[in-house]
Amino acid sequence: MASPGEVLVKMENVSKSFGHVNVLRNVNFEIGHNEVVGLLGDNGAGKSTLIKILTGVHTPDKGSIYWKGKKIVHYNVARARDLGIETVFQERALSEQHSLWRNVFMGREATDRWGFINVSKEKKETQRIMRDYMGFTSSALTTDATVGTMSGGEKQGVAIARALHFQADLIILDEPTTGLSLSETRKVLGFVEDIKKRGKACIFITHNIYHVYPVAERIVVLDRGTMVGQFAKSDVTLEELVDRLYLVAKTGSLSGQETNASLSDNATGEEIGQDRQSDMP
Amino acid sequence: MDSNILRESKTQISVSVVFAAILLLFIIGNPATFLSMRIYYSFMVSVPFFAIMALSLTLIVICGEIDLSFPAIMGFSGFIFTTVFHLSGSVGFALFLCVLVGLGAGLLNGLLIVKLQLPSLVTTLGTQFFWMGFTMVASGGLGKTLVPTRESVLYNMMVGRIGGIIPAQILWMVLFAVILWVVLNRHRFGAHIYYTGDNPASARVLGINVNRVKMIVFTQMGAFSAFAGVISSLEVVYFWPTLGQGYLLRTIAAVFLGGTPVEGGIGTIYGTFIGALIIGKLEAGIIAMGMHGFWTQLIYGLIVVVSIAIHSVLRRR
Ligand SMILES: Nc1ncnc2c1ncn2[C@@H]1O[C@H](COP(=O)(O)OP(=O)(O)OP(=O)(O)O)[C@@H](O)[C@H]1O
Ligand SMILES: [Mg+2]
Repeated sequence: MASPGEVLVKMENVSKSFGHVNVLRNVNFEIGHNEVVGLLGDNGAGKSTLIKILTGVHTPDKGSIYWKGKKIVHYNVARARDLGIETVFQERALSEQHSLWRNVFMGREATDRWGFINVSKEKKETQRIMRDYMGFTSSALTTDATVGTMSGGEKQGVAIARALHFQADLIILDEPTTGLSLSETRKVLGFVEDIKKRGKACIFITHNIYHVYPVAERIVVLDRGTMVGQFAKSDVTLEELVDRLYLVAKTGSLSGQETNASLSDNATGEEIGQDRQSDMP
Repeated sequence: MDSNILRESKTQISVSVVFAAILLLFIIGNPATFLSMRIYYSFMVSVPFFAIMALSLTLIVICGEIDLSFPAIMGFSGFIFTTVFHLSGSVGFALFLCVLVGLGAGLLNGLLIVKLQLPSLVTTLGTQFFWMGFTMVASGGLGKTLVPTRESVLYNMMVGRIGGIIPAQILWMVLFAVILWVVLNRHRFGAHIYYTGDNPASARVLGINVNRVKMIVFTQMGAFSAFAGVISSLEVVYFWPTLGQGYLLRTIAAVFLGGTPVEGGIGTIYGTFIGALIIGKLEAGIIAMGMHGFWTQLIYGLIVVVSIAIHSVLRRR
């Protein structure tokens, strides 16, 4: 077993543009084996794009990804899932006209070696997942329920349970609490705590600092495609953090005050933050 | 059972009810014809020609795409079959090459649609004209006999009469229906077809190769069209350069009658199977009822619109 402090995944100098829009510029990001990182930033900051690169959906224009110290080549979604990265995408990535059990196994069906699906196994597993992770006890919800007819919270529950079920080393949650009621939000935060307890890593993307602060050990702030800084929770109080985020929103930088809470020595949050600052009038 | 059990079975029940209702109507309208087996044998001769293509087309429609080129691929493949048969004297070799050509034509559709990101409707409209024109040019507009194929084993396997009465092609239709059902409902690839049609963006981020799925789906359509071209030519032991014409609308109608929505994402082989039977029965039935052949299209139109409306309403509930 690796120690919790060791780097699980590292993204180095990652840049990405769509057309002539630079969505990410030289982003460095890493996460430890058993760390919960909150990724914050305004709408359009590039958070989803960053994690889509990490999950193999997008190919970066520049930069590399290291998994447990090894550089990954020929990266794609299937590869990322095989490595042990599970994601709850912001768009949820569900197939709404299909059943709950189909959705749970979407893209990684339980098959024999000829590719034939073991339907009864998938249904049985789904039943267990619903009970264990989602706490679904409503009798109206069966494994055959069509996902499109479920409530927003239930749909998110499916996406989260699906990610938890596959026992990934890294679970990425992209705005998992958006549109959820208070009690459902609490459930999601409970999942994140579980991930930590089970010795796994989690990236938690949100706009809501009050959701991520209690569960994250480190907060990373992305602004208009650059990493402007990161904080170890032990170094900032919630109030300080809120103040700093306002500052970022206003000026695009943290005025060089950020704490270097990175795991390794070559954290670049600082220099990039200053880079941006020099752009300011 | 399958996903979204209730809704899908609703569609399947409604298509079955339409089928039964029309049958009942015909039996009441002309009991002498519709209570004897003869008319059913004649369905079994002609329904498989387009039903096989309709079953295969169902996969494309579930993917959220459409193919208009299959009648032309059917004709072109028939031409290849006939030409190769006359050159080589071997039915087996001719069949093999012709299915290969069908696969190639289907793959070409897939490549154009996936690699160049062209909409399937216009792409296959284009390839339909292309293959139709190609067949005309290559054949010089002339037909050719296939009478010598009659002595072959393959002829009997494809369009012979089992026990002297049951046309072999109906068994092929049933076999293909079973195979495609298993693929769609029990195989990973079938699940990926559904997800591709339902929400390609979701499918993609979960690691499903949406482009590959579409490519394969268009390719198989080419092969089934070629097969349909061969059996319909063998049935009449003659290759007509116009082979395939007249199959477009009834094949597509069978898919939609069967409850597969044009937006894709869902759909069933069972529905298409029954849809094809309905279309086939209408054709024979309307004439047997003593109505003029001119009525056929009008009644087709009515049945198609009414059934699609029923499916659509049922799905929304
Ligand atoms: N596939 C794409 N094609 C073109 N532009 C894109 C694409 N995906 C994202 N973008 C653009 O990249 C920028 C960053 O988007 P991204 O979704 O990463 O932001 P985000 O930080 O997740 O925002 P939010 O909090 O609103 O989810 C946006 O300006 C967006 O319009
Ligand atoms: Mg986002």
